[in-house]
Amino acid sequence: MTGATWGLVASTFAASFVEFVEALTIVLAMGVTRGWRSALAGTLAALVALTAFTAAAGYALSTWLPESLLQLVVGTLLLIFGLQWLRKAVLRSSGLKAMHDEEEEYATQTAAARQAARQSRFGIDTFAFVVSFKGVFLEGVEVVFVVITFGLSAANMPAAIGGAAAAGILVLLAGLILHRPLAAIPENALKYGVGLLLASFGAYWAVEGLGVFTHSGESLEWPGGDWAILALIACWLLISRVLVRYLPRLKPQSTHLKPETVR
Amino acid sequence: MKLIKGFAHFWYDFIIGDDWKIAAAVVAALALTLGVVLAGATAATAAIAGGVLLLLFFVVSVVIDVRS
Repeated sequence: MTGATWGLVASTFAASFVEFVEALTIVLAMGVTRGWRSALAGTLAALVALTAFTAAAGYALSTWLPESLLQLVVGTLLLIFGLQWLRKAVLRSSGLKAMHDEEEEYATQTAAARQAARQSRFGIDTFAFVVSFKGVFLEGVEVVFVVITFGLSAANMPAAIGGAAAAGILVLLAGLILHRPLAAIPENALKYGVGLLLASFGAYWAVEGLGVFTHSGESLEWPGGDWAILALIACWLLISRVLVRYLPRLKPQSTHLKPETVR
Repeated sequence: MKLIKGFAHFWYDFIIGDDWKIAAAVVAALALTLGVVLAGATAATAAIAGGVLLLLFFVVSVVIDVRS
């Protein structure tokens, strides 16, 4: 494999790994508190729905959408995910938001699960099923978009899928062996890095995709071609470091932001 | 109806997340970039303008977040 392929695999691996860890925390919390049967049924249903969504979205994107519109749609979504991650990373690094902690997230989820009323259908606990389904599907759809963008950008879909699959298998094995949230993972640092990657690839694609509105309908070309992605990564990194340094000074003195733990 | 509401809520959660300002910043920056494209700028100029606008709008949305 070339260096570029390794980079692609590493990028999709890191991005997918974080998503799978979050999904695992939710499923573990439901399994332990409400029963494994319902949690696993929700997970299985989400995987089936995810497969159908991927097949339908993949077919629609590759068949009906011109390349530039595909870049605009997928790039915009990726940009929004990436900047949401980057925003949280910046706020956490500057001390304005509490660090994400899988143990704490697990405790919140289990507490909510214990308080929720028990309603069963066909022997399946509805709460555990729905929460597991939503958690796995939501994180899974993000993985699908990451794989599509990184894979198509590098024109190497198998490597992108391989990176995501490796992350999924690793998280699954760790969950099976440990039976607890993967709190030792440097999730905040990973999210910062992945946020930078998603924001950069997303910006690159979304702007290229605006070419769909021109007479030719063809994608816009960044100066420097693919090298512009590296320039974008450098720009997002620089601006995020500046924000980390100066944001605390902009916080109004009279109010105290309550550290908030977010996904 | 409940199903439609749930479906809409899922996509709102998925795209907007817990800070609507980020999605608004992205849409606004891309809309302005489209204006640059349609005004007849070269692809390279439009791409650079798009990158700069995205950075700028992101900074503004985070600053608003912290100051509010």
